[in-house]
Amino acid sequence: MQEIFNIFIKSIFIDNMVFAYFLGMCSYLAVSKTVNTSVGLGLAVVFVLGITVPVDYLLNEYVLKEGTMIWLGPEFADVDLSFLSFILFIAIIASMVQLVEMIVEKFTPALYSSLGIFLPLIAVNCAILGGSLFMQEREYQNIAEATSFGLGSGVGWFLAIVGIAAIREKIRYSNVPPALRGLGITFIITGLMGIAFMSFLGIKL
Amino acid sequence: MSTENKAKEPLFSTKNLKLITKQLNLSNPITVQVLGICSALAVTAKLMPAIVMSISVLVVLAASNVVIALLRKGIPPRIRIIVQLVVIATMVILVDQVLKAFVYDVSKQLSVFVGLIITNCIIMGRLEAFAMSNKPWPAFLDGIGNALGYGVILVMIAFLRELFGSGTLLDFRIIPQGFYDFGYVNNGLMILPPMALITVGVIIWVQRYYTRELIEEN
Repeated sequence: MQEIFNIFIKSIFIDNMVFAYFLGMCSYLAVSKTVNTSVGLGLAVVFVLGITVPVDYLLNEYVLKEGTMIWLGPEFADVDLSFLSFILFIAIIASMVQLVEMIVEKFTPALYSSLGIFLPLIAVNCAILGGSLFMQEREYQNIAEATSFGLGSGVGWFLAIVGIAAIREKIRYSNVPPALRGLGITFIITGLMGIAFMSFLGIKL
Repeated sequence: MSTENKAKEPLFSTKNLKLITKQLNLSNPITVQVLGICSALAVTAKLMPAIVMSISVLVVLAASNVVIALLRKGIPPRIRIIVQLVVIATMVILVDQVLKAFVYDVSKQLSVFVGLIITNCIIMGRLEAFAMSNKPWPAFLDGIGNALGYGVILVMIAFLRELFGSGTLLDFRIIPQGFYDFGYVNNGLMILPPMALITVGVIIWVQRYYTRELIEEN
């Protein structure tokens, strides 16, 4: 139990998707103009990461890894499909996003209209595929750990995008050098936020 | 885009060459279109992985641009994203296997970022914006141009970070040992992830200072 909680905290603060690995930067930079929209996108990312990482974990454990197809019968014992992981993970993500979109539309129309166009965009957010690939690389022990990693990474991404959106709303009133306006200053602020987040590196879990 | 008189047009006409040169500055994928940032920042602590990454993106982008341009009339618009992802993922698997076979050390350093070429927004963005509505040859040139624009920025960032962060370039020592004897110290901050962001910020600053039309309002 404690291990699961540790993974959650670690993936929010220490291995933060944006500041430590730069994942999901494209939508992070494009959608962070106002706090409201960035909250919507952030929630959608938490949601999708929390679903796709465990599903991809099961896929990896029972189909892709070498020798794990044995449940189909002894003749499958030495099948190694790990080279297919990219294409299967992205297919799972794309279909999950589609599924989540339909479920949300059916049961909570209010949330659906507030997330709007962001849900389909998530399929090509690198943070989602990155979550699955890191899950595969770090070899989590069971599905609970994988789920807490997925949710934690999502929450970390959420914190990052809401933070930068709040700063960008304020910085509109400052006198930034013309050539640095917009994109340039956003990069530099993100860098400074990254340095701030590095102070969590000292935490031992 | 006039595609009717394509048959008479020479392969390297001015218009076609423009597809390449424009991407190097005026519509550079990283500093202007803001595409493909994730991988650009993560692999640039050293020059070698940055170069390998640029070449991989070049291959994947040019190849999938051509494939999508060939298929463009047969793809139903509703499922185009899935089709594009499958084409990209196939190309990336090929590149990944080649890297593992020939430059295993670099492929270990790049770790998940080879896989993340699939969701690299440059590729999706160019397929969507260009290859879906153009013939294969211009699409090929567009792919090369964008990948070169991406590569130039990547190499620039990696050059600065490796030179100041470790005092080497491609693992050859550049800053002479004598400097260290006099008390010169490598700037360890340059190796850390946040400095990549700040380096890009500064590159954007310099670029926009010289190309005034790129300056944003607000």
